[in-house]
Amino acid sequence: MLEMLRYDFMRNAFAAAAVVAVVGGVVGYFLVLRGQTFAGHALAHVGFTGATGAVLAGIAPIWGLVLATVASGIGMGFMGEDLAQRDVAIGLVLALALGLGLLFLHFFTASATQATTLLFGNVLAVGMHTVWVLLALGSASLITLAIVSRPLLFASVHPELAEAKGVSLRLYSVLFLAIVALATAECAQIVGVLLVFALMVGPAAAAQRLTSSVATGVLFSALLALVEAWAGIALAYYSDWPSSFWITALSVAVYLLASLRRPSGGPLAASSK
Amino acid sequence: MNAVELRDLSLVLGGRVVLSDINLDIATGEFVGVLGPNGSGKTTLMRAILGLVPPRRGTVTVLGRPATRGNPAIGYMPQIRHLLPGIRLSGREFVTSAVNGHRLGLPSADRNARAEVGHVLQLVGARNLADRPLSELSGGERQRLLLAQALLGRPQLLLLDEPLISLDPHRQQEVVDLVKSLRADLGITVLFSAHDVNALLGAIDRVLYLGSGQAALGTVDEVITGPVLSRLYGSPIEVVRVQERIFVMSGSCCAEAEEHRHDIHAPSMNDPRQRHSGHA
Repeated sequence: MLEMLRYDFMRNAFAAAAVVAVVGGVVGYFLVLRGQTFAGHALAHVGFTGATGAVLAGIAPIWGLVLATVASGIGMGFMGEDLAQRDVAIGLVLALALGLGLLFLHFFTASATQATTLLFGNVLAVGMHTVWVLLALGSASLITLAIVSRPLLFASVHPELAEAKGVSLRLYSVLFLAIVALATAECAQIVGVLLVFALMVGPAAAAQRLTSSVATGVLFSALLALVEAWAGIALAYYSDWPSSFWITALSVAVYLLASLRRPSGGPLAASSK
Repeated sequence: MNAVELRDLSLVLGGRVVLSDINLDIATGEFVGVLGPNGSGKTTLMRAILGLVPPRRGTVTVLGRPATRGNPAIGYMPQIRHLLPGIRLSGREFVTSAVNGHRLGLPSADRNARAEVGHVLQLVGARNLADRPLSELSGGERQRLLLAQALLGRPQLLLLDEPLISLDPHRQQEVVDLVKSLRADLGITVLFSAHDVNALLGAIDRVLYLGSGQAALGTVDEVITGPVLSRLYGSPIEVVRVQERIFVMSGSCCAEAEEHRHDIHAPSMNDPRQRHSGHA
């Protein structure tokens, strides 16, 4: 079992996956609670444009990804007053972002491998330097989230009352989407922009089915994401199938298992009082 | 000192004058039923008291001070149609989220927060509901939790916006009785908006009836009369009393009964769940 840890690329992969899974799990909990998963998905697509644009400009793709997602996260936060229209706006931005990304790739005449890596991730190609970058970005988003978590939670579960109590709904919407953008950029390093849902939404949604407490839910979400990411990498090592496939498969399987449990009245709920 | 004083108050919502030149005082400790047709300004008046809607003209004074946003002396239960069903948190977690919810930091989990949440849950008789997920509670049970949340921070003035909406008559009476006993125990002022005065009879001290930009404040017998309501509705209104119940008739149909559709009220920004609710 431990023989895979003899390789540098495997150690880097586990380290990077640990950082990203914890960040994705924690941020994802709030994303699911706020019903903004679609926004997270769209941010990832914008990240693709940013990454390919960065490659075209001769910069490391991760910085293009971070810049593009954070800028559009903040933009979305400021924009969104009419949410019925926002779905349409997000959908259009999403399509345009992928289209532009493709155009940039076309100019760059990049290999199909590069595009595939951006879209679907390749955690086994993560270097030591990237692990440190991920750790720094992840710490930044988790620390910011910790500072704003109380008003954010209040504004998420009871916006009308939060507003009356002096919480600026718009401020926290913007801040939160900026945090989501950073987390998305991180997750894209591991599972690629198309499969960010696997780490940001799957574990969080499963955790919210398993517990009705916020603290436990955040913990479960991070733990599930971590276990899924690590198990995915290990399975990829032994099976030689892509790690992103295994992570998404585990994410969906865990969510389905969590959904099978009756919301309450089941033995777990009765004994957890 | 009065709980609420309105002086020459005019309120505008979306370019439409909702209330104009209102002058009235609500004494501390009073239980006032706020009535009126759709769009008459019940919610807007509450939001002005909360400092969320700036007056076009005039002033709003709350407990001796100008209305300001985030006033901790006010407990507020917003009118809610779309909230809660999708949230998988327990009732206790939901109520706890509002403890000092405006301050930065991690969510409250210390002993003081737990004690305060336990206290307000006790006040509304919802201790046994608190550990179940919100998504499984009935409308009446959720209203209790919302009321508990409004009581956090020991407010002196309670603004309850349509707490009876979508409850059956029996549950309505339970909520009214609960608020009545809270008022008696805590000595707080209550503004309670509703569509039908009958549920509030026997509980309220006075009625604040809004309509056509105007307001009438007085006892039920003073305000719910044909002449006063005809002025507020801008059309002939007849008030009929049958046994202990009051029917407000417009022509041949019952004016109050038509108002059980929801008020259209500008929703707050960025509410993630709003997309699930159709606009009335």
